[in-house]
Amino acid sequence: MTENPTVAATFDGAPLLGVPGRSVGAALVAAGITSWRTTRRGARPRGLFCGIGVCQDCLLTVDGVPNQRACLVPLAAGMVLESGDGHA
Amino acid sequence: MREQVTHPTDPLAEPPLRVVDVAVVGAGPAGMAAAVAAAEAGAGVVLLDAGGQLGGQYWRHPAEAGPDPHGGRGCERGGHGSGPDEHEHGSDEPEPDGPEPDGHGHHGWATFLDLRARIGAAARTGTLEHRPWTSVWLAERDGDLFRLRTTPVPEAPPPHPSPRGDVLARRLVLAPGAYDRQLPVPGWDLPGVVTAGGAQALLKGSGVLVGRRVVVAGTGPFLLPVAAGLADGGAHVVALCEAADPRRWARHAGTALRQGTKLAEAAGYAVRLARHRVRPRTRTVVTEILGTDRVTGARLARVDAAGAVTGPATAVAADSVALGWGFTPQLELPLMLGAATAIGADGSLVVRVDPAQRASVPGLYVAGEATGVGGAALAVAEGHVAGRAAAGAPPDPARRREVLNHRAFARAMHAVYPVPAAWPAWPAGETLVCRCEEVSAATLRTACHDLGADDPRAARSLARVGMGRCQGRVCGWAAASLLAAETGRDLTDDDLLASSRRPLAAHVPLGTLAGLDTAADQEGSTP
Ligand SMILES: Cc1cc2nc3c(=O)[nH]c(=O)nc-3n(C[C@H](O)[C@@H](O)[C@H](O)COP(=O)(O)OP(=O)(O)OC[C@H]3O[C@@H](n4cnc5c(N)ncnc54)[C@H](O)[C@@H]3O)c2cc1C
Ligand code: FES
Repeated sequence: MTENPTVAATFDGAPLLGVPGRSVGAALVAAGITSWRTTRRGARPRGLFCGIGVCQDCLLTVDGVPNQRACLVPLAAGMVLESGDGHA
Repeated sequence: MREQVTHPTDPLAEPPLRVVDVAVVGAGPAGMAAAVAAAEAGAGVVLLDAGGQLGGQYWRHPAEAGPDPHGGRGCERGGHGSGPDEHEHGSDEPEPDGPEPDGHGHHGWATFLDLRARIGAAARTGTLEHRPWTSVWLAERDGDLFRLRTTPVPEAPPPHPSPRGDVLARRLVLAPGAYDRQLPVPGWDLPGVVTAGGAQALLKGSGVLVGRRVVVAGTGPFLLPVAAGLADGGAHVVALCEAADPRRWARHAGTALRQGTKLAEAAGYAVRLARHRVRPRTRTVVTEILGTDRVTGARLARVDAAGAVTGPATAVAADSVALGWGFTPQLELPLMLGAATAIGADGSLVVRVDPAQRASVPGLYVAGEATGVGGAALAVAEGHVAGRAAAGAPPDPARRREVLNHRAFARAMHAVYPVPAAWPAWPAGETLVCRCEEVSAATLRTACHDLGADDPRAARSLARVGMGRCQGRVCGWAAASLLAAETGRDLTDDDLLASSRRPLAAHVPLGTLAGLDTAADQEGSTP
């Protein structure tokens, strides 16, 4: 279904393959990673939910910039992705 | 572009602003059609959208540009703010990966390609400018004009769209679309649970399946393409649960038959689903999603016509669940401008429009899901009507008839697939209602009965429902509906207005807000 991944980024230091221009969230889900932050009150894991930038569940840090919506950020070669929304 | 220049009192404060004839917010089916209709009627048009590509939700498709040969992050098409250079990669043909990955709706795709080509043509003559990756976070009146405050979307890839500041327009068409309506269910906050639209967006935008064993549940015909897309892509659709009983279509046979293409489309999904041995379970809901740190399964139960659970639940193993209860229009911008609203046929708040798609505010036109959820074909027809009217062109009676026919079909659809009346009894005490602030149904009920928080405004201040990062977009409709049920009254316009008004329509970097005299609260800004 998915095209062959052609670029490599890193997620928490581990290599993450994906199709450039497709969302970072999609690359994570395709790699079997379903959560990348925890909630502030209940410390519950969260990942993609709405897929279109509305729910804010999918926040992570991209190239050092916190609070980016994984469902919107287009994946690019060499991207450094870190779990957590910057409030950990 | 026909334009004029205004001269601010202090020439150092701001560069002069062009005034465009028509600004269109939203480049989905409705906004694309509106922009084309207005430009072809001779108006100068600016088309703004938070997304990087034309198409909105229905025509979401993979990034059109290939990998950046220089290996950088500029893998989306560039040209931010320099016009709708949809064809800068040298071809008017769709990119090889253009057609929707799920292969459905080639009819719709042809409409997309046509609108896209006409937008490109208008851009080349300088009549139209498309600004991708641009959020409109505030809309206000400025004398006879509309002033739109914009900001680049923080997640846009480089080269970052330059902050182009405000747009001043004589007429405004708002086509902001909708998002999935959700009802809280135990476990819906587990990773692996997504909205039905989210599953579709993942598939259409990135070709990725949300899981291998998926439960699709909720109500409405939209569940069919979601399940069919997943099954075609190789996922096992463990269960497709439809809360309603679609046999109720029999009562609306006349309306349905007049919309033959929609029946054919539904039949197409049925065939695809049957091929994958997916048989929809009607009058069935997900009562609980199982798992500790991610989805491992779901419990399913039969419900009666009102949505009351009638039998014991059965558990199925699954690694993901896609939930959808129709859509909620995105009304921040029309509400900021004071547009009159009403409760629509599906129980959501919608903008009231006249036959020319005019809202109650002079110069303001609204098209697409924001006037009532009814699908992409209705959105296109409304967009055409709105665009022509905004450009001052005479109405096109054929388009108006299309709007009426699609609208009649949408009303029938909402009658067949209602949100079950008994749903407020479903969420058990610990079920989260507000995902962001992690407010449970028990906390909300206590706030309602013990603290008198019996409407969304009070629930916000007393129980923090809808106060989190999504600003109540996800839980707003459900929380308002739950509170109304708890207090034994019908859901009112006021309830929905209270949960739909937001000071800002999009996330705004702090720096953009600093220095503005706007008193609006800053919404979950990106530092
Ligand atoms: C996630 C999702 C997936 C869907 N998938 C399908 C599908 O596969 N098939 C189907 O039949 N229906 C689908 N729908 C239903 C959908 O609403 C369609 O009926 C159709 O896309 C509606 O067209 P529209 O033009 O009214 O809105 P949309 O297509 O939603 O377009 C609205 C556009 O406005 C932009 N926008 C909104 N607010 C702002 C702002 N403040 N600033 C800048 N831009 C803004 C958005 O970025 C968006 O591109 C989906 C809905 C959702 C929410
Ligand atoms: S998944 Fe909802 S904002 Fe990204």
